[in-house]
Amino acid sequence: MSTRIQKEARKESLLLNMGPSHPAMHGTIRIMLELDSERILNSEVEVGYLHRGFEKTCENRTYFNLLPYTDRLNYVSPLINNLGYVMTVERMLGIEAPERAQYIRVIMSELSRISDHLTCLAAMAMECGAFTVFLYNMKAREFIWDVIEDTTGARMTTSYIRIGGVRADLHPDYKAVLKKAIVETRKVLKDVHGLLDKNKIFLNRTRDIAVVSPEKAISYGWTGPCLRSTGVYYDVRKASPYAVYDRLDFEVPLGERGDNFDRYMVRMKEMEQSLRIVEQAMEKIPGPSPSQLMAKGIEPAEAIKASRAKAVEKKIRLSPNLEGSEKEKYKNILAKDKKYIVPPKEDTYTTIEGIINHFKFFMREHGIRPPKGEVYFSVEGGNGELGYYIVSDGTDKPYRLHLRAPCFHIVSALEEMIQGRYIADVIPTFGSMNMIGGELDR
Amino acid sequence: MEMEKKKVLEKLKQKFPEKIKEISVQFGDENVLIESGFLLGIVQFLKNEPYAYNMLLDLTCVDYKDQEQRFEMVYHLYSLNNKQRLRIKTRLSEKDLSIDSLTSLWENANWLEREVYDMFGVQFRGHPDLRRIFMYEGFEGYPLRKDYPLRKRQPRIPLRK
Repeated sequence: MSTRIQKEARKESLLLNMGPSHPAMHGTIRIMLELDSERILNSEVEVGYLHRGFEKTCENRTYFNLLPYTDRLNYVSPLINNLGYVMTVERMLGIEAPERAQYIRVIMSELSRISDHLTCLAAMAMECGAFTVFLYNMKAREFIWDVIEDTTGARMTTSYIRIGGVRADLHPDYKAVLKKAIVETRKVLKDVHGLLDKNKIFLNRTRDIAVVSPEKAISYGWTGPCLRSTGVYYDVRKASPYAVYDRLDFEVPLGERGDNFDRYMVRMKEMEQSLRIVEQAMEKIPGPSPSQLMAKGIEPAEAIKASRAKAVEKKIRLSPNLEGSEKEKYKNILAKDKKYIVPPKEDTYTTIEGIINHFKFFMREHGIRPPKGEVYFSVEGGNGELGYYIVSDGTDKPYRLHLRAPCFHIVSALEEMIQGRYIADVIPTFGSMNMIGGELDR
Repeated sequence: MEMEKKKVLEKLKQKFPEKIKEISVQFGDENVLIESGFLLGIVQFLKNEPYAYNMLLDLTCVDYKDQEQRFEMVYHLYSLNNKQRLRIKTRLSEKDLSIDSLTSLWENANWLEREVYDMFGVQFRGHPDLRRIFMYEGFEGYPLRKDYPLRKRQPRIPLRK
């Protein structure tokens, strides 16, 4: 492909290709550099190597079926992607998740944010030579993913937050695991602060490099930690609070200069705040704990057999898919409206109403059908405002689904940020942006 | 806050009476449907004080295949000071598929408009570098149009010499 820069470049300058298979390009981006020795005169950023037609695919899936695709957008904080999509649909349907589910959502999205920031900073520090930081951050992330795994059953492709609530209640022992994760993450944050904050090598590569002014950042549509590093106060959690963020106490850290170091620092401080949020949410979360709901009752096989003759009135110990009796738990974690939720499995297997609900939910043209119209809703994702724009034509599939990917806007500023700098500056600059291929290319 | 929002919409209607076709509110979002030729003027007006919609949050397009004015451009503006969002929409017909570029007002319009061009084939007047962004050069058709089949195969592109 003849790119723009190949046509425009001066004859005497050197053209250097970086990526898409370059370890510091995170696999999915290509930068063509026009160089005068090590100085970058011009550059051209090419994206799209991970484009897989997310939006087109979603137009051909039902509202329920397309949820797993949203996991794969930002694969280090999939739960926030789930949440953004689900809340957009909920706004169209006019339903709201119960309070316990709201708190679970907040806990999960804050844990995701921490794991997102940890991954970003790990890669950034490693590319600057601080391999210890990479290992420490990965260690902390493992502890956080333990909580996520216990709750959702998966580490990355969670599909946990569902329309109307969440898929399952927290694990009976989640508190111990969560407390451990918080303690370990705090330790790692302290170590990383110690390793990097006054590290000459790290400072030389980040301080006052790729400075972005607040005006520029706004003009480029930056959001999230990158925008806040320039000193602009904008956080979706504060500007238009969703879930229960307005009931929790946290601060929005800001940077001053808008350089690479500020972007690093804002992320570090934000993790601290996220840990605070998780701690508060853990205290405030209402409702019976899942261990209290381990119902005593008859065996599922027995219940199914009995239901052949007449409806079973006794409690069922386990739902037939072995996840514990769902009926009791669903009250706290899913909206009541039967049209929009998958009925508990014990109902599906033992009552006629349950089976009708089940079929009505999954049958083509019958499931979730939001009213005609369009909606935009956004949540604070790992690297900025993650917005979904959905147009519904009243059927069970979205007519159009558009994702406002935060890093699309951030990466579009890369060309300008590296202009006039050295090649070595590309790496920490790009690292501090937190480019996520799945979300950028969709 | 609600009053503020109403004020902006009323003011907009006063200022551009014949250019604004429709104002509606749905699911808590304000929609303004305008004539496509006046986009730049209206957006410029909104970007300045006192409304200060200083951020272009998002820019996209929707293909309504069976309608006469087939393509609908959708702009989401955001005001950081007033914490307000506004959606501006305008219709384009397939015959004259072009609209003014917003690259003179916002930097991120550059890539966003390239994306819409790539996916829908909308031409942007005054865009400095309008070419495909996600798809490769030599890709045939516009994938997000409703008449582009989901599983369509593309022809092979010749090897470079």
